Amino acid sequence: MTTTRQTPTHVAPPVGRSTAGLGDWFSDGWITTRRNLIKIKRVPDILVFTTLQPIMFVLLFSYVYAGSIDIPGSDYKEFIMAGIFAQTVVFGSTYSGSAMAQDLKDGIIDRFRTLPMNPTAVLVGRTNGDLLINAISMAVMLATGFIVGWRVRSSFLEAVAAVALLLLFAYALSWVMAFLGMSVRSPEIINNVSFLVLFPLTFISNAFVPLDSLPTPLRIFAEYNPVSALVEAARQLFGNVPAQTPEPTSWTLQNPVLTVLIGIVLMLAIFVPLATRKFSQVSTR
Amino acid sequence: MVATIVWRMAYIEAVNLVKTYTPKGAPVVRALDGLSLSVPRGTVTALLGPNGAGKTTAVKVLTTLITADSGTATIDGLDVATQGSEIRPIIGVSGQYAAVDENLTGFENLDMVGRLYHLGAKASRRRATELIELFDLTEAQNRPVKGFSGGMRRRIDLAGALVIDPRVLFLDEPTTGLDPRSRLGMWDIITRLVATGTTVLLTTQYLEEADQLADDIAVIDNGKVIAQGTSDELKSSIGGQTVELSLVSEADSASALEILRSHGTSAPDVSADQRTLSVTVASGPAALQSVLAQTEARGIRLHDAGMKRPTLDDVFLTLTGHAATVEEEEKAS
Repeated sequence: MTTTRQTPTHVAPPVGRSTAGLGDWFSDGWITTRRNLIKIKRVPDILVFTTLQPIMFVLLFSYVYAGSIDIPGSDYKEFIMAGIFAQTVVFGSTYSGSAMAQDLKDGIIDRFRTLPMNPTAVLVGRTNGDLLINAISMAVMLATGFIVGWRVRSSFLEAVAAVALLLLFAYALSWVMAFLGMSVRSPEIINNVSFLVLFPLTFISNAFVPLDSLPTPLRIFAEYNPVSALVEAARQLFGNVPAQTPEPTSWTLQNPVLTVLIGIVLMLAIFVPLATRKFSQVSTR
Repeated sequence: MVATIVWRMAYIEAVNLVKTYTPKGAPVVRALDGLSLSVPRGTVTALLGPNGAGKTTAVKVLTTLITADSGTATIDGLDVATQGSEIRPIIGVSGQYAAVDENLTGFENLDMVGRLYHLGAKASRRRATELIELFDLTEAQNRPVKGFSGGMRRRIDLAGALVIDPRVLFLDEPTTGLDPRSRLGMWDIITRLVATGTTVLLTTQYLEEADQLADDIAVIDNGKVIAQGTSDELKSSIGGQTVELSLVSEADSASALEILRSHGTSAPDVSADQRTLSVTVASGPAALQSVLAQTEARGIRLHDAGMKRPTLDDVFLTLTGHAATVEEEEKAS
């Protein structure tokens, strides 16, 4: 602070430019995505958590519960993998909620909002970050699954479709969470609430137990639970539906892939504009 | 002459801004209550006021972060409420909280801001490197901001506001929460910056800071600008100077008081020990000479005699009826 220097603005004064066209949209989105990638690299807890947790789940369920839960016509390991995949990516989409709330609290959103950038860019970057974390989790879980003996009983393409469906569903959910994060404003609250909502949602479903084993009220809830549709869709595409599973009674489980696709389109159609609008209005308090 | 007129033309113009909030379970807060403000091109204007006076709200309206309920504001003729996308490329903003990404290095933070101003990859990197050097941030260049001092973060944040050459620079409480040494450093940076002719609107709760940095001071209280002018103008607006005597013996108090009363524009003040007396006067030096001549004639012995001008503190007290002093702990972080 003591040395004499040139005044900052003397040097080749650069001039800002407003966002224009698709090129800037891609560039802005990439810049904010890169910010989140650097964060994943620098804060290894996220990566460790997102890779260790699914490994732990795969191992716990395949070795601890496998003996006590009987799936007629199938091996429990085969049965639960789709459930673990779905649970992991659904939870993985919650980072966008707490991250947006944290950025809002720290005034970083204020900084972004005074820059001439595309108003969707920060959200694009944020949800891309979740997508990458989930993709890494998926890869780790697929590998762990293979090691413990889980097998894809369908075609390669169907398996790819299953993975794509899981990731897309979580990506769309990230936009919902980003909107909620900016609305609730507290990273702690958003974390706790998503835990409180997502835990019953993933456990009162067909993720870990067959539906017909549930008491009637829970079974009805589980049949219409979107997570059940996601699990059922993945299970069908991986060819892991147990042979003796009774025909589901709800439309959503009879057409799980279509249901999930509709869910993805609905979430994006509603929450991309809603979150973008919210982003253009929020500021620190 | 034309040049002079253009020069003095208001660059930032706010007229009757009103912004209300309704906190849960609390009465409506009028954060801005008819705020009007005019900042000429190439000048530094300080928005001076205590916590909760509406300073930050005003900056947020002007920097397109929030929209006012009513009233208008323009920057270079552009409406902040409707022409935000044209305003954002020409302004630089450094907010009250150092808005830097903790996980990015100093360089990465500045580079990111440059890219989002659309300077292009090469120009952004070059500018980030320049700013790192100019703001003495070499230490923070390649290390994540996490773990750096408040002063360092503020400097990165300020550098972020200068990634472009902004036509208007907004600094919201640039030194709040900084230790005295970092504050002086920040003043040094701002002073050098304004020497280049950037139009600056800064907010502060420190009278000294406004006095040091600003050409024009707008005193803000309860969401309104209650006075605007140069530091000198504000000081003289509350009456000229004060003549103050300090007596050797309190026995002379009565006769000294009589002399002061005959020169003063208002009733003289007397300290509790009867030995320090003061009065406001219309023309300082002449009054002081005359007072001294008369005290000497009457044989009143003095420890000290002098003239003093009102401080901004006095101005604030007179204008608002309350002191501008704020609890620093509240904001310091």
